[in-house]
Amino acid sequence: MEVGQLQRSFVEYMASLFREGFLDAQFSQLQQLQDDSNPDFVVEVVSLFFEDSERLLNDLTMALDQPNVDFKQVDAHVHQLKGSSSSVGAQRVKNCCAPFRNCCEEQNTETCLRCLQQIKQEYLLVKNKLQTLFELEQQIVAAGGAIPMLQ
Amino acid sequence: MNLGVGSVVKTMSGASCSVSWKSGGSDKVSDQFPAGLRVLVVDDDPTCLMILEKMLRNCHYEVTKSNRAEHALSMLRENRNGFDIVISDVHMPDMDGFKLLEHVGLEMDLPVIMMSADDSKDVVMKGVTHGACDYLIKPVRIEALKNIWQHVIRKKKHELKDKDFDQSTSVEDGDQQQKPPEDVDYSSSANEGSWKSSKRRKEEDETEERDDLSTSKKPRVVWSVELHQQFVQAVNQLGIDKAVPKKILELMNVPGLTRENVASHLQKYRLYLRRLSGVSQHQNGLNNSFMGHPEATYGTMTSFNGLELQALAATGQLPAQSLATLQAAALGRSATKSAISMPLVDQRNLFSFENPKLRFSEGQQQLNNSNKQINLLHGIPTTMEPKQLADLHQSSQSFVAMNMQGNARMQQNNALLMHMSQQQQQSSRAQMLNETNNGQVSRPPLSMSQPAAVLSRNSIVDNVRGPIYNPVSQTSSMVDFSLNQTTELQNNSFPLVSSNSGMSTLTSKRLLLEEVNSDIKGSRGFPPGYDIFEELQQQKTPDWGLPNIGSNFGASDHSSIPGTLDVSPSMLVQQGISSMKKNGLNGNSPIGGPQLNLFSGGNLLPVKAEQLPDTSYQNTFFPEQFGQDDLMSALLKQQESVGQVETEFGFDGYSPLDNLPV
Repeated sequence: MEVGQLQRSFVEYMASLFREGFLDAQFSQLQQLQDDSNPDFVVEVVSLFFEDSERLLNDLTMALDQPNVDFKQVDAHVHQLKGSSSSVGAQRVKNCCAPFRNCCEEQNTETCLRCLQQIKQEYLLVKNKLQTLFELEQQIVAAGGAIPMLQ
Repeated sequence: MNLGVGSVVKTMSGASCSVSWKSGGSDKVSDQFPAGLRVLVVDDDPTCLMILEKMLRNCHYEVTKSNRAEHALSMLRENRNGFDIVISDVHMPDMDGFKLLEHVGLEMDLPVIMMSADDSKDVVMKGVTHGACDYLIKPVRIEALKNIWQHVIRKKKHELKDKDFDQSTSVEDGDQQQKPPEDVDYSSSANEGSWKSSKRRKEEDETEERDDLSTSKKPRVVWSVELHQQFVQAVNQLGIDKAVPKKILELMNVPGLTRENVASHLQKYRLYLRRLSGVSQHQNGLNNSFMGHPEATYGTMTSFNGLELQALAATGQLPAQSLATLQAAALGRSATKSAISMPLVDQRNLFSFENPKLRFSEGQQQLNNSNKQINLLHGIPTTMEPKQLADLHQSSQSFVAMNMQGNARMQQNNALLMHMSQQQQQSSRAQMLNETNNGQVSRPPLSMSQPAAVLSRNSIVDNVRGPIYNPVSQTSSMVDFSLNQTTELQNNSFPLVSSNSGMSTLTSKRLLLEEVNSDIKGSRGFPPGYDIFEELQQQKTPDWGLPNIGSNFGASDHSSIPGTLDVSPSMLVQQGISSMKKNGLNGNSPIGGPQLNLFSGGNLLPVKAEQLPDTSYQNTFFPEQFGQDDLMSALLKQQESVGQVETEFGFDGYSPLDNLPV
């Protein structure tokens, strides 16, 4: 695909992610932070986010799998997930956190498990989308083009 | 800021360092400011940490990041002056963010910004009460980070102010003063600006006598070695307990030196001694201190202390020995200082506090004693009546919640203790902190603090009891300080003391507070979020000493204006204690007392005039020997001139005082 086309796809894709609520303004902030001194900043941060989130989701799964669920611990994990998802702009993931915390407060394992399920889904979705986005970027760069900046 | 004096006694912070950028201890910031601001970021979330780091670098700050609070703390300890501001997450696995906040505040007195994804009101409130200078909600935007430098400036300014304050208190500005201080503390550079100008204005309006204080940035007296030696000689001659600024000034006989200069230097010196005496004093002093001065207030205090002690002992935190000591102390007099120190010291040693080892054992018993006393005070800012003490503790607990679990008090004490010990040494501190960090409330440090607290109480009691020696000055100074510190705490618990006994306790409390404050001044860490208070305290001392109102202050004449105000403040303080909030109230305002000093020496003035009666009131309680000599003397002077005495708070004719919530 020629560069121009790639770039257009990229822009279009990016716009759709924002439109559909997968990403929010915070992601734009990250993009703005990226500069020549840190050309891969966004990719690095998002990778960190992936690692961290997967760890947290695992911890959550284990915590909710216990016979005696430690809801405080669960809540702490969710809180952390909320912090990191909001920092990268993964809006839908972040939005799952508030109801999840409510379930923790109610100490209801059942609803917590459902929240966990939902948050996992959202996470996988956004992970997928972002990976696609990054691939597009790479293709553009490989084709010799510049990554268009989305305002 | 380069405080010649400060550096002598301030071991805590690199005096100047805390307020200067890398440029090194000068009041001015580098031209690049805020670029180059040295920020320490602590967050266990690697994603956030990375983002923050990038954002901060984009703001041209120098960033150090850490994902572990313990590690961050040790970095801070190793390099006290290596950072200008700390940003920390609230929820961290190894240490609660608020705990870190407390430590940093106590030990390094750096501005700390808390952040969290949690925006619930109570968490934010907790941040405020623990002394965070700001609270950011995640996700943090770069715009929010761009302005964090204001906190550094603000803190510096406050420190400066405190010093400057001594010199400038104007009556007129009272009203203006009040407002700005609050604003200032509550963050806005705009406010700062306005405040500063109003403050400045006041100063200018003020009196003539001030030799060189015409602006908020008064020329500081540089305490050269010789000057300091003269000072020390004078103090020794008078005896640390009796060393009041006025007399010291006379003895020193240095032209151009004002009472305020001496007063603030004295305060720092006392802090320094306290630190020194931490270790040595304990040993010898204990016994002396228990000489008993049984006075009414004492009795109450004693019982209170006893209760506490017992409670402490019961919790197993207070070693039996300490308990005994404390009790003895309670019964003893202010000499207790040494006694008290002992328990403290012992405790400390238990917990491997190294610093108590007086490095400097100056061998000045007196000093030590007084120091001890001070130490005690730090522990517990309450000298009020038992009930008040309890209240105080309660409130302090709520405010200074280390880990508030059940031993809030202890924790507080612990915090205080830590504070105290910190002053002494870094290493000991580290230990203490480490210990506390272990998250055990019941750790020895707590107990230590308790004893300390108790001791301080005891000591306070002592002070309160006797006839007022240097009553005025001491009380007032104390008041200021204590008020500041405890204002929050006390708001609830210390309704204006209407009875003399109440007052005395107040006084003692104040003294305690003052002490605490002084310590804090050095470290600024203590009262979380009580930046205002800190400042007040600092100012207070000098202010107190100078009641301008027309009384003759002798040496303090020049500075008088501030002094006069001070006097009232003390009075006001008492009254205002209950109503004081962190508003930089000046004498005028209802809260007035401590606040006065803080924000505006000026305000005090108006109040002063009326406060004279207060001063007389103060006579009633002046704890014999509190460090607030200047205040005391000032007050005394005022009283003399005023000649009125009021019943309890002596605010009888003060309209401004009327405001004070009684």
